[in-house]
Amino acid sequence: MTPFTTLTSCAVPILRDNVDTDTIIPSREMKSTGRTGLIDGLFAPWRYLNPNTRTPDPDFALNRPQAQGAQILLGGANFGCGSSREHAVWALAEYGIRCVIAPSFAPIFHANCIRNGLLPITLPAEIVATLAWQTVSVNLPTQEVHCDTSHPFEIEPEPREMLLEGLDAIDLTLKSLPQIELWTEADRPVRPWVYLEKSA
Amino acid sequence: MTHAKTLFEKIWDAHHVTQTATGASLIAIDRVFLHERTGAAALKSMAAAGRAVRDPARVFAVMDHIVDTRPGRGDGTLMEGGSAFITETRAAAHAAGITLFDVNDPDQGITHVISPELGIVLPGVTLVAPDSHTCTQGALGALAWGIGSSEAEHAMATGVLRLDRPKTMRVTFTSTLAPGVTAKDMALALLAAHGAGGGAGHVVEFAGEAVRALDIEARMTLCNMATEFSAMTGIVAPDAKTFAYLAGRRYAPAAFDDPYWQTLRTDDGATFDQEITIDAGTLAPMVSWGTSPGQSMPIDGAVPEGPARAHEYIGLDAGTPLLGTPIDVAFIGSCTNARLSDLRRAAALVEGRRIAPSIRTALVVPGSSAVKRAAEAEGLDQVFISAGFEWRESGCSLCFFAGGERFPEGSRTISSTNRNFEGRQGPGIRTHIASPETVVASAIAGAIADPREIAR
Ligand code: SF4
Repeated sequence: MTPFTTLTSCAVPILRDNVDTDTIIPSREMKSTGRTGLIDGLFAPWRYLNPNTRTPDPDFALNRPQAQGAQILLGGANFGCGSSREHAVWALAEYGIRCVIAPSFAPIFHANCIRNGLLPITLPAEIVATLAWQTVSVNLPTQEVHCDTSHPFEIEPEPREMLLEGLDAIDLTLKSLPQIELWTEADRPVRPWVYLEKSA
Repeated sequence: MTHAKTLFEKIWDAHHVTQTATGASLIAIDRVFLHERTGAAALKSMAAAGRAVRDPARVFAVMDHIVDTRPGRGDGTLMEGGSAFITETRAAAHAAGITLFDVNDPDQGITHVISPELGIVLPGVTLVAPDSHTCTQGALGALAWGIGSSEAEHAMATGVLRLDRPKTMRVTFTSTLAPGVTAKDMALALLAAHGAGGGAGHVVEFAGEAVRALDIEARMTLCNMATEFSAMTGIVAPDAKTFAYLAGRRYAPAAFDDPYWQTLRTDDGATFDQEITIDAGTLAPMVSWGTSPGQSMPIDGAVPEGPARAHEYIGLDAGTPLLGTPIDVAFIGSCTNARLSDLRRAAALVEGRRIAPSIRTALVVPGSSAVKRAAEAEGLDQVFISAGFEWRESGCSLCFFAGGERFPEGSRTISSTNRNFEGRQGPGIRTHIASPETVVASAIAGAIADPREIAR
């Protein structure tokens, strides 16, 4: 995965609260079982006046000229709520978004961002609002968002490390396989019902 | 003397394998459940990376999301291109050696309905699925939560997940529910009072007299909506009802006599990061008025002032009474409210009545094929059919747009599901979520109606 260090881009605001993953990528836009080919479906219900003819709605943030090539998205509270579909993050990534700044995130969406190299930043709504359409710099090593002034942000050490190093979580975890096996062997007699036999 | 622990802490600590360099935890995962909508992606991507499923006997998959629910179904779907999800999941599941409940398997059904039915979820286990409503299964006393496809791959390949410890919350429902008020109304009342983000980052234990009084299926309805509360999951401590429900099911122990099972409860004096108390005795049937499950209200009230966008989408101004709002479509289904007890309660209200002629479509979609058979054995299918409902094969169906049929923009549905998002049931569809009782009362009236009225 591409490591995340710093980023400077126009910040595109979609500041509604409770933006759900059905809106970020509607179910019927998930046309393949893979992780790509999702770009046209991104925000389809809001991005197009008519989702069938794909006529863009000129008022929607992503369709404004300033938004072209933007890598930072601003959201409202509880951003990414609803369905666990990782396609929401895959679609954002395919579009070029590498950072989402919002007052709060739904937990599955947040975890999906980390696993795909997108940085989710939590900042108070008042601050997020001041960033709209500005050129914003994000610095993960120093944990700051800069636009006129600097706004420090919090992130847990584990996701910070994963993003900074561009780590593959599975590869990393497989290094702990001996401990996982020890744990399993110790658990087996305590909770034998957990360990199922493979049926023929 | 060890310190008093919450049920969550006990399960977490028991599954803690090791700490990562950055202070996160590797948490052992006992069960993984996949469905065709997100499962093929996870299995295919694993295979492409040359990774095997570590313990295939503990991984399950089912076809539920986009399978057709019309009689005589095969691999075809109402969603264009949907068959590929079914055929690719089937191929990937066989290749990985995991257990698959295929389209017409007698055990097929919605993930969160069949997992308890088959005893795959058990008290005290960790269970994950790439599906946000995995929290439903917390009703059995498991730590069960929704994840993304990459995390599902991680769990299958390694047997663990890397997690930061969530916060804990207890939601206590005191007193007793009034007649006609259900677990669904409890969930919607919690959301209405504390917002769709109210549980963010927490594992929510549901407790109190009114929760203990719920049967296991109703507890599933309550836990189902923990994800709508933005919680990591919901959980109810197992009790005699839980053990009686699970004993002897296919993947469950024959009996729950090991002393271990009695330890699965929150100790007296254990503390939570947050506590909420709700008097269940004051609750009325609840219906959503807007486009977030948090935008819900007592059925006999007037629509409150909300975001302009929500009023515009749903076509209801603040101050309008909800009762009497005409509806076009009625749906009983989903992992929230399509178990046998839900169908029984709904059928009891429908018996001898007919749906209003203005209703365009009324559907009952059982939560699993086993629920369907049991309901048919009791004649519930005939009750619904005589009233004018369609009776379908099991699946997610109209709960979301890819599973069901298409209706004209602006159509209004009353639905026993869990999400009323813009477009959730199709472009421009206006969804009101409510209990199965409220859905059938409204189908009969042709407009949003109070189930307590027809019960009289
Ligand atoms: S019934 Fe609805 S909420 Fe439940 S798993 Fe299916 S699509 Fe998701």
